[in-house]
Amino acid sequence: MSALRVLRADGLISVQDMGREGYLSQGLSRGGAMDRLALLEAAALLGAETPLAGLEMAGAGGLFEVTRPMRIALTGAPMRADLDGVALRWNAAHPVLPGQQLRIGGAQAGSYGYLVPGGEFATPGWLGSRAAHLSVGIGARVESGLTFPCADDPAPDRPARGLPATQRFDGGTVRVADGPQTALFDPAVIASFYETGFVRAPRGNRQGVQLDAETRFAAQGAAGLASDVIGPGDVQMTGDGVPYVLLAECQTIGGYPRIGKVIPADLPIVAQAPPGARLRFSRLSPDQADALWRSEAEQLRTLRAACHPLIRDPSEMGDLLSYQLIGGVTSGDDLERG
Amino acid sequence: MSDAPKSEAGTISTPTPELLPAGTDGMLVRFALSPDPVAMAAAQGFELALEEARPAGVIEVAPALVSVLLRFDPAQTRRADLIAALRPLAERAAREAGHRPDPIRRWQIPAAFGGDNGPELAPIARQLGLSEREAVGEICKADLRVLAIGFFPGQPYLGLLPEPWNLPRLPELVPSVPSGAVVVAVRQIVLFGASSATGWRQVARSHFRCFDPARTEPMPLRAGDAIRFVPISAGELAALDTPDGMGGARLEHLA
Repeated sequence: MSALRVLRADGLISVQDMGREGYLSQGLSRGGAMDRLALLEAAALLGAETPLAGLEMAGAGGLFEVTRPMRIALTGAPMRADLDGVALRWNAAHPVLPGQQLRIGGAQAGSYGYLVPGGEFATPGWLGSRAAHLSVGIGARVESGLTFPCADDPAPDRPARGLPATQRFDGGTVRVADGPQTALFDPAVIASFYETGFVRAPRGNRQGVQLDAETRFAAQGAAGLASDVIGPGDVQMTGDGVPYVLLAECQTIGGYPRIGKVIPADLPIVAQAPPGARLRFSRLSPDQADALWRSEAEQLRTLRAACHPLIRDPSEMGDLLSYQLIGGVTSGDDLERG
Repeated sequence: MSDAPKSEAGTISTPTPELLPAGTDGMLVRFALSPDPVAMAAAQGFELALEEARPAGVIEVAPALVSVLLRFDPAQTRRADLIAALRPLAERAAREAGHRPDPIRRWQIPAAFGGDNGPELAPIARQLGLSEREAVGEICKADLRVLAIGFFPGQPYLGLLPEPWNLPRLPELVPSVPSGAVVVAVRQIVLFGASSATGWRQVARSHFRCFDPARTEPMPLRAGDAIRFVPISAGELAALDTPDGMGGARLEHLA
């Protein structure tokens, strides 16, 4: 049986997929990957029709091996990676053989890196998903020594493939659409929010991140508001007017007013922003936000079309002996430099 | 048990539903901003109407206190079409927000009030001009219902407490209250399913766990259930920390 072995876990690692939908009324949020785009990229690199579960690695990776030949996709926050000491390109899928050691270091930018095996995890799920939801006690942190049984990779020998990464690992400008509570904020407070430069605070986890600024953004009559349904992307102001952006594992009901909602396309920027990263917001009407919506299936199709081989296939090369084959594997970052 | 909900003025008024975009795949149907009893009944009626006839493209319905969130697939339906389908349902629910249905189930949940189990009981009682015993009596006498479930799996929002209990949330989060904490704000009670930060004020603690993924029924409470808290001592509470996670809670079927 194929398996992925975690010889050493260095970062805070958990199994994540696209989460479990349909349980909001019972108080269970979707959860799943903090950076959903990273799992779509991994599925594209592996040629999968739908997103596969992988290991979400917060801050750093670890040391891994496989028991049968299997491709491994590496996406999300770029981390230094090598296979038996040979550097591997990030945002790519690489064939790995039994006995080889895959080493993944600390994040060079961003917060969450993803390791997705080409053979789907064969571990049991709960309510239709394998995603760990640690804040409610579903699943567990991945520790050193764990082995994940996997299905056999349908194409273990397929050569390495890469995908240009969408830049989202060091903050930036994030689009926010007006929501049901935007009108509770004074127009001057809203204007001030969109003029303010924020710093991603140290306080943050899979439920959400706090944003720091000198300014406060209080709403009118917030203290008597009835709690209602909240979700990832909501920009919530606590009683003292400090913004939090809610993320994958947020709660389902809350009573603090929300000035708007980060559009799904830009939520990975917030999720990946490391503490200290600078974030600004730009305001959209709901109609503008609707016009930017794209289904995840459509995003996956686009990503699949953008994948390219990392090294030219020898069978396609006219005169194999004229190529200096070793040069292509010594440095590993030559494609990035090129 | 049936009681006609009244607005703060004591007369029944028809709430005006608002249909508001809530994210690229969401619509919020809101009957009020504050937890007004008539608006609560309207939201419950609207949710029931959606259970009978769910508009095309709607993939999830999540009720809250005075609003219902609908999630839809923008690939299957346009927002404008959804609004056109929802508005008559919402307006009918607002007009018919008359009587709260009788509960069909009632839970009795033991809880220890005050002291370490409820550090905010004494200051709240002082604020309300009550003794601690009187404050506990008001909570345990109240005809509480599960108004919504959320924030944590299976975790109930209960209400409503008498009007003087319309206490604002704290401006600063309390870093942590324990699992089973009974907290109050804005005439409501939440029974925390896990240790959590909160802006609500802890008056008691129970060992009823509203979520246990390994249990046959991971989330036993349902919206509409009646809840009575039964006051017990701190020592009695300790003895109810049982492996089944039910904390001595008893369920009666009333219908």
